[in-house]
Amino acid sequence: MIWRVLLTLAAHWRRHAGQFATLFVGLALAVGLWTSVQAINAEARASYDAASAALGGAGAQRYEAVDGMPIPVAVYAALRRAGWAASPVVEGELEAGGAVYTLTGIDPLTAPGSAMGAGGDGEGALALAFITAPGVLLAAPETVEALQGEPRLPPVEASAQVEPGAVLTDIATAQRLLGLEGEVSAILIDPSRQGLRPLDAVAPQLAQAGGEGDVARLTNSFHLNLTAFGFLSFAVGLFIVYAAIGLAFEQRRASLRTLRALGAPLWSLIAAFVLEAVVLALAAGLAGVLLGYGVASALLPDVAATLRGLYGADVGGGLTVRPGWIVSGLAIAVIGALAATAQSVRRAAAMGLLASARPRAWARASTRRLGLQAVGGLAFIFAGLAAPELGDGIVAGFMLLGGLLLGAALLLPPALALVLAGLQRAVSGAAADWFLADTRQQLPSLSLALMALMLALAANLGVGTMVGSFRATFTGWLDQRLAAEVYVTARDEAQARELRAFLETEADAMLPIWETRRELLGAPGEIYGVADHATYRDNWPLLTAQNGAWDAVAAGEGVMVNEQLWRREDLRLGQAFPVPGGPELSIVAVYSDYGNPRGQILIGIDRLTELYPDVSRLRYAVRTEDPDTLMEAVRARFDLPRGGLVDQQSVKRFSLSVFERTFAVTGALNVLTLGVAAFAMFASLTTLASMRLPQLAPVWALGMTRKTLARLELARAAALAALTFLAALPAGLALAWALLAVVNVEAFGWRLPLHLFPLDWLRLFALALAAAVLAALLPARRLSSRPPRAFLAVFAQER
Amino acid sequence: MLAKLHQVTKSFGEGETAVRVLDGVDLEVAEGARLAISGESGSGKSTLLHLLGLLDVPDAGRVEIDGEDLTEAGDARRAHVRRSKVGLVFQQFNLVPSLTVAANLALQARLADRYDADWTQRLAERLGLSPLMDRYPEQLSGGQQQRVAIGRALSAKPALLLADEPTGNLDEETSESVSDLLIELAGETGAALVVVTHSRRLADRMETRLTLSRGVLS
Repeated sequence: MIWRVLLTLAAHWRRHAGQFATLFVGLALAVGLWTSVQAINAEARASYDAASAALGGAGAQRYEAVDGMPIPVAVYAALRRAGWAASPVVEGELEAGGAVYTLTGIDPLTAPGSAMGAGGDGEGALALAFITAPGVLLAAPETVEALQGEPRLPPVEASAQVEPGAVLTDIATAQRLLGLEGEVSAILIDPSRQGLRPLDAVAPQLAQAGGEGDVARLTNSFHLNLTAFGFLSFAVGLFIVYAAIGLAFEQRRASLRTLRALGAPLWSLIAAFVLEAVVLALAAGLAGVLLGYGVASALLPDVAATLRGLYGADVGGGLTVRPGWIVSGLAIAVIGALAATAQSVRRAAAMGLLASARPRAWARASTRRLGLQAVGGLAFIFAGLAAPELGDGIVAGFMLLGGLLLGAALLLPPALALVLAGLQRAVSGAAADWFLADTRQQLPSLSLALMALMLALAANLGVGTMVGSFRATFTGWLDQRLAAEVYVTARDEAQARELRAFLETEADAMLPIWETRRELLGAPGEIYGVADHATYRDNWPLLTAQNGAWDAVAAGEGVMVNEQLWRREDLRLGQAFPVPGGPELSIVAVYSDYGNPRGQILIGIDRLTELYPDVSRLRYAVRTEDPDTLMEAVRARFDLPRGGLVDQQSVKRFSLSVFERTFAVTGALNVLTLGVAAFAMFASLTTLASMRLPQLAPVWALGMTRKTLARLELARAAALAALTFLAALPAGLALAWALLAVVNVEAFGWRLPLHLFPLDWLRLFALALAAAVLAALLPARRLSSRPPRAFLAVFAQER
Repeated sequence: MLAKLHQVTKSFGEGETAVRVLDGVDLEVAEGARLAISGESGSGKSTLLHLLGLLDVPDAGRVEIDGEDLTEAGDARRAHVRRSKVGLVFQQFNLVPSLTVAANLALQARLADRYDADWTQRLAERLGLSPLMDRYPEQLSGGQQQRVAIGRALSAKPALLLADEPTGNLDEETSESVSDLLIELAGETGAALVVVTHSRRLADRMETRLTLSRGVLS
């Protein structure tokens, strides 16, 4: 029975293949975008977990030097002698074949937990080769090929347990390759051991690092950002499915009644609808998962670069097929399709056996329904606005975004209805009157597609404004923060002394960049010493400051805090700030510090050396009129470590490239979402076209040509897109404000000023119009070429 | 008795605007009977047919098919009886637009699990539909569509064939041929035929002619 009913209902798709393709592609697109985001997030999280598993077994914590510099091997030896279970780790970047890999060196004999497990079987010849000269590099199969053939590298073996882009080797091999003989990057220690000489006493220069968990925490906001985009894309896609399934129900209304009259029980119709939705969802979902894999593979390198640039988190560039995101993609396809079908099922159940089978415009809106929708829209907006007041964190920020977007989308149809009704009252010509009345009548059927278009436009405007504002602020900020022309880092204290002596005569000024890492108000932080120099007074990007702030810092009485710390701890100017190991200093200024996940303070350089006499004094910012000549001279005279001599322009270029790659993913998702929305418009217009004839035939009979009718269809699509854009503009700007003032503050700890980009709006407006006209083109062309017989059939009731 | 309405009452609307279209109607349809029901527009003829075809439920009274009281039966039971014992022909044809003539013709038999390929083929031949089997309803004339509807109603060899204004949408010549087919095929299958019609010519060809007026059958 169900089978027969299903076949009868499904026969509709054979006669409406285009409509079926629309439904299929819409669902596949929605699932594809969602799956791609899930795949990217899963890959990144797996990378963190793999790194965590390789470097920290149960109980082991990561310790780094408080000054951020390499740790002498002697410190490790002291820890072992004191009885601590410790294992050294060396990390660095390995260049090979034009690419950069993350090289990690471990000591397999002392590494806790599964460190050696990353070496595959970890036994026999391989294990021996790992620790004996010339050593062996373990890399993911896709990385091996790129590393092989490099004469300076030891043999490379494939290991499925090493993330793509990462290379694992013995610590001695890593030290040799990275030029870090006698030094390690970090030491893994189990701090829970009892009865030993305290860690503070054995290795006072070490502090527990945030660890990989910290990386995961820091990157959470980025992943949430991606997930939110995934949801938005899915919601837009769902609008397509919802509209297509709803319209298909209307078209099959007569068949439903006939089937019931012929003896098909109601349950069989409902079961057939549900079965149809599930089968369709699984098929389209599978296509969507494949599409998502492609999109994720294309985007992952950018995401990996973003995570490395922003947070120092290493993510491989290759995508692994994981059951998690495949199941998630299929599940959301089924849930989405069932949600879209629920309304049809409900109406099928409520439809009387003798109800009129005459097809009617789907979801004909009554004034009451539009009123309810408007109330719902306002409720969403108010709930969104209330979210940051009621809860903290980035989830509240995203609830604000969701409330604003959904509320604005729900308000769109009532707002359009009001505008069209107003216009109709204002016009006097019969043709214009009919055009507006007809547009109003079509509005309910098109409202879902228009809402999808509005969501995409608002997201585009909001994210575009946010990125533009970020870019404008960030480039200005870089100019301020990187005021010095050259940055040098000495190899050791002796070289630093020689450098200072040399640059005193050759450069205009040599400003120390000395820092130490300490806990600031209970969280890992950085303390910088700042010289009393015009470079800082003239350029440093202060957000707010007391009078005489620089004098207070120079005198060792004031402290400046970065924006992240200021917002996180809700600090105030003039408040006393406890500098670790020193007195409380008054907060005299707050400065912007984009891209830094940690809290940071600036104190006078004399105060820094007084409080932390062991602070590393190797880095300097150099002011000069002729950076090229100076760098040449330094290079000729000093054997500086790799990356020890950098000019300002290189740093800016690098920072901006990190920035651009960060938002490349967002930009790509933005464009894809807009594409999905344009497809939604196309889908609705083509489906509706088949139901429009009874409304158009009388006007045609009254003397309006088919060409005129077709042109009016195009004009209608363009007019509705234009009105939708006008509604999306304030929604998009509200979204940008929410992103800049709420979500960024929650995610990164800084707030950015809102910049407006009217030229971008114009471009998007043109794009929306073009998308709408393109979407209407095919139905309009079909209309203009329909034979008069088709129009006449409406009157003859032969259809 | 094949079908029976006993003291059936049916009203539409509520309160002061309520209209009682059937007021204690009794009707018995014997096996193989030929019955025409006439009456003014809005007199309740179609309502009576809908009750007999289990498409609607009475406000009061009883509806029986083959001796089974189906007045209070659930949707599934009513649907079962409808697809296995009742054939319906509508004025508006109500074919499934997405199915071919062949599929429409066989639809009810397949739903009732009583599909007989030979019988369906014979029906198609008798109805002159053989050359049209791969066409879709929108490609047929009104008379052709109604012949498909008659074939569909008879495909499961129902005991009771109900036709609601079967010639109401057709011209005189086509009406005549459709009426012929309806009566002949009902006779050949032994189905009782109840026709609601305005057409005197069609009504005159029935054994029994009843008129519905002011809710009362006479």
